Amino acid sequence: MSTLNAKTQKPASDGWIKDAVVWGGLLPTVILVWDALTGQLGANPLQRAEQQTGVLALAMLLLSLSCTPLRLLGSKLGQKWVWPIRVRKHLGLLSAWYAFVHVVIYVLDKGLIPSQWWYDILKRPYITVGFLALLILVTLAFTSGKDAVRRMGFKRWEALHRLTYLAGVLVVVHYWWAVKKDLTGPIVALVVLLLGFAARALIRNRMKPRAERKQKEV
Amino acid sequence: MNDDNNPLKDRRTRRDVLRQGILTVTGAVGFAAVLEALSRSPSTPSSPVPRPTRPVAAVPGDPVSAWEDITGYNNYYEFGLEKTDPARLAGQLVTEPWTVTIDGMVQKPLTLDIATLMKRFPPEDRTYRMRCVEGWSKVVPWWGIPLGQVIKAANPTSGARYVKFTALADPEVMPGVRAGVLDFPYIEGLRMDEAMHPLTLLAVGIDGQPLPKQNGAPLRLVVPWKYGFKNIKAIVKITLQAEQPTTTWSTIAPNEYGFYANVNPEVDHPRWSQATERRLGELGRRETLMFNGYAREVQDLYAGMDLRRFF
Repeated sequence: MSTLNAKTQKPASDGWIKDAVVWGGLLPTVILVWDALTGQLGANPLQRAEQQTGVLALAMLLLSLSCTPLRLLGSKLGQKWVWPIRVRKHLGLLSAWYAFVHVVIYVLDKGLIPSQWWYDILKRPYITVGFLALLILVTLAFTSGKDAVRRMGFKRWEALHRLTYLAGVLVVVHYWWAVKKDLTGPIVALVVLLLGFAARALIRNRMKPRAERKQKEV
Repeated sequence: MNDDNNPLKDRRTRRDVLRQGILTVTGAVGFAAVLEALSRSPSTPSSPVPRPTRPVAAVPGDPVSAWEDITGYNNYYEFGLEKTDPARLAGQLVTEPWTVTIDGMVQKPLTLDIATLMKRFPPEDRTYRMRCVEGWSKVVPWWGIPLGQVIKAANPTSGARYVKFTALADPEVMPGVRAGVLDFPYIEGLRMDEAMHPLTLLAVGIDGQPLPKQNGAPLRLVVPWKYGFKNIKAIVKITLQAEQPTTTWSTIAPNEYGFYANVNPEVDHPRWSQATERRLGELGRRETLMFNGYAREVQDLYAGMDLRRFF
């Protein structure tokens, strides 16, 4: 799974980062299963597993959304970082994975009564936005391969994958509406999201070629 | 020599492989550690309360909950938001000496310490179901005094229509109070007839021994047909008054937590259904009973009331 540097065909010196992200990102799943099997999830295990996977899905999504701003920031500091773009997709896939597990646990929690889920999805706004975010993440996960880009054409593929931003917003709203009292987590998530958007807007605008900017101003 | 013809160019040296391997493993473990720190909530209290040794009287068909669940899974925001916070942090609370005052619209205001209270009103065993508004429940073998007896002893005046309860709010020993998690002190209230109902209990213990601190020592309210948040802990004052008290949760989110807070499977919380609940220790859900299964005893209190409006 290590990455080759396209120019030199030598293993890139930061190739380990991607592997570390993938294996490190999957490790919490293993730990969760271990905790469940050994009865370490406390008095209300389903609820705890549900909350834990929810936070993991959110963290992965925010990290994936932070990749581009990080690269922009790096280039501003004179660093040509490639690894943020290399791990971006994998973070997104990990987010979809945890969102999926989160929903499986929700289904186990509510019981296997489909009418009850639809009722929840339609009637409770925080479930509605969570469900929409899940649909986006799963769609993006299934179109994350190179063949999907080829099939769809880059323009359409790119437009579809811009939905990540919407998923980010929806997930933060879902989290905000779901907590009972303590908004610390949702506030931190919102700040990270907004910082990413701000960095994108500010840095990218400044980095556009001068001619292009002038054209726009005219 | 042209570099492209060098057959060794694509070969990774052993040192390279080793270096990448170490970096990958270290990075993966570090990343996982950060994620665990972000997402993990503590599951078990660090200081369990010793289990009482006497036999427990059960509600038929409803076995008493595990002692670890009764004393290890509590909502007590004065000590924090996590269910395991109270068991971890309530140890510093000093419950002796402790007095409770009964005042307001009474002819004989009382201030009693716990020992005197228990001597004047001998506590009884009462095993009740407890249903939290969040959708979980347990069965607790309370040991307590019917609240009505204590109120009667203070001789309420005819104008007294409501009872207001005030909890201790000591920032020195209560981290949640310091952090301002809610608008403390915690306030709860009952209508006079609810307070005088024979099921309503001022609990001084569980299973015949004094209350563990995380369960609201030394004195808490237990109203078994209402959601758990009505059961105010660490009571210092009971005030009889004419007007309905402004209670803590119903002030924070009036659309989510009503003054009455009767357990009612037909009235949803805005964010979840109240039709079912999870009994701690069980994986499936059971159906929630009207008035938490105490309908026969208490439904007359609400005759003619619209329970959707007065939820």
